Amino acid sequence: MAARLEVHQDKITDPEGFINICPFNAMKVVDGNVIIEDNCRMCLSCVNDAKPKGAVELINEKKVKPLDKTEWQGVAVYVDQVDGKIHPVTYELIGKAQELAGKINQPVYVLLMGYNVDEAAKELQHYGVDKIFVYDDEKLARFSIEPYTAVFERFIKQNKPCSILVGATTVGRQLAPRVAARMRTGLTADTTILDMDAETTDLSQIRPAFGGNIMAHIVTPNNRPQMATVRYKVMDPAPRQDEVSGEIVHKKINAKKLVSHAEILDIVPKEPEQSIESADVLIVAGRGIKKQSELAQLEALAYLLGGQVACTRPIVEQGWMDVKTQVGLSGRTVRPKLIICVGVSGAIQFVAGMDHADTIVAINSDPKAPIFKNAHYCLTGDLYEILPRLIQDIKAQRGHKNELQGVH
Amino acid sequence: MNILVCIKQVPATSKVEVDPDTGLLKRDGADSKMNPYDLYALETAIRLRDKEGGKVTVLSMGPLQAESIIREAFAMGADAGALLSDRRFGGADVLATAYAISQGIKHLGEFDLILCGKQTTDGDTAQVGPEISEYLEIPSVADVTKINEVTKENMTVEMELPEALEVVKVDFPCLLTVEKDIYQPRLPSYVLKKAAKGREIPIYTLDDMDDQDEDHYGLTGSPTQVKKIFPPKTNTDHFTFEGNDEKQADQLCDKLAELKFI
Repeated sequence: MAARLEVHQDKITDPEGFINICPFNAMKVVDGNVIIEDNCRMCLSCVNDAKPKGAVELINEKKVKPLDKTEWQGVAVYVDQVDGKIHPVTYELIGKAQELAGKINQPVYVLLMGYNVDEAAKELQHYGVDKIFVYDDEKLARFSIEPYTAVFERFIKQNKPCSILVGATTVGRQLAPRVAARMRTGLTADTTILDMDAETTDLSQIRPAFGGNIMAHIVTPNNRPQMATVRYKVMDPAPRQDEVSGEIVHKKINAKKLVSHAEILDIVPKEPEQSIESADVLIVAGRGIKKQSELAQLEALAYLLGGQVACTRPIVEQGWMDVKTQVGLSGRTVRPKLIICVGVSGAIQFVAGMDHADTIVAINSDPKAPIFKNAHYCLTGDLYEILPRLIQDIKAQRGHKNELQGVH
Repeated sequence: MNILVCIKQVPATSKVEVDPDTGLLKRDGADSKMNPYDLYALETAIRLRDKEGGKVTVLSMGPLQAESIIREAFAMGADAGALLSDRRFGGADVLATAYAISQGIKHLGEFDLILCGKQTTDGDTAQVGPEISEYLEIPSVADVTKINEVTKENMTVEMELPEALEVVKVDFPCLLTVEKDIYQPRLPSYVLKKAAKGREIPIYTLDDMDDQDEDHYGLTGSPTQVKKIFPPKTNTDHFTFEGNDEKQADQLCDKLAELKFI
């Protein structure tokens, strides 16, 4: 039987009031009885939070096969690399994996696949992992979904890691789901907080959910491995150590497993673009910007502070700025030293992409804008008054400083 | 070319919040729309059909109201559409969603190409497309920004990586997730909209699927479980500048200088 919700009508004294519990308006009162409709999202708010408690019961009659969690040991990190060059998100995940594995006394593994990746394997020995599993094959020279999934599957079946962390890069975002589906296990995308339950070895995965200003705590209680992706610049990297540790384990895989129905014809290097991820200072344009021409003010401010201009989803949807400059869950995650949000409301999809910034400034005309909850410095007012004045102030400040230093 | 496009109905507003006092979710209004990223997938499908011939079918999963986005797809030029709707599909996580959709696709027939948007604006995971391709055992390419060539057996597409553009030739059948801006989505046509009015949309339930084991669908078929929902943590270390706009700007400038940004 599938899971279903049963409403105990006798426990509900005020049906009309009770149905307000549902955030998706999926409850209705018919003849004095509370009915759950088809647009129920099974968020279980009515089960967990309703008063009186027990008015709605979750009935789940699935027979759960007992899972021996002790068979699954180790926290594994997928090494994101192109031509032997390791993506820095890998070191951030190693740092997190060490913390998680420490709580359950389990080893940290890294999985490295590619071609001619000896140097990369040696470099990984400086980050304090226990084992480095290396699959080195010409057929793995470039990412291709089928062979990479085959190697990943083999690694999981042979080593049975309890948890696997994958960077939410272009490659990780397609590889992790494919692997999770093959293993018939859970995968949580873009987790922002990860923790380990020492008793159950269940990974606590926290991310924004239900398309609103809500965070969800997600667990994978009856499946292993537990998989999560994490964006670049969300976790703190493991420090590089001078000494070498960790065993390099070379593995082979049957060539028949590496068949691909997608062939890479060409790789065209791009001009290294100034990515917003690498900027120390970001000025973000939000919905409060009413005309494209007004972005010039933000550019002027960015120029003065040695930064770049980024934006939120509405600005991209207007076609005013490139999607590559978008901050948030459907854009990039950034961790600058300073971020100034101009006319940004502060939806969670945006905030999740920038709340690790060292200093957050918000300028907004609405004193109730959610962004103020995340900002360190809050300015409530008209951005068309504030910005020109700020630019003028900074120029004056700079001029003053130059005078003091005798520079002209 | 037989093309299937996966589309989803999402809330038109992202204004869902947790009431800090009661801990309950609150959503303003019940408006919904087609996931904006799916429009790019649909536009891609229509253009490919117009050039190569064939048929565009859209498939959605959701409550019965999701029918409206299938009509919207007809108004843009889709030839056929179907809805998977069953309470037993409810509460599905990524794995159970991808499984139900892959079962639905198998029920509809065989397709050369399956197109998905890069992600939805409510779930924001970008994982369902790749998981569907695993269940269908076909190759997939994500984040496609351009289609270069289509032949009988395969197509050549461009995928954008941070430091390079990869040109990939992928065999049919395959699944692509397309980036925003691959093509500008057309507006719905009034004529097509009128023609689709009253057109019946087939609705399939679990009983139509190949695999009728309820344990594989919905909340029960989901390995991940939501343990708790809560409002996002807020920063307690606020400083609100006082005074008129100029005064606030002056104070910010001083603060930025103090923090050595100037």
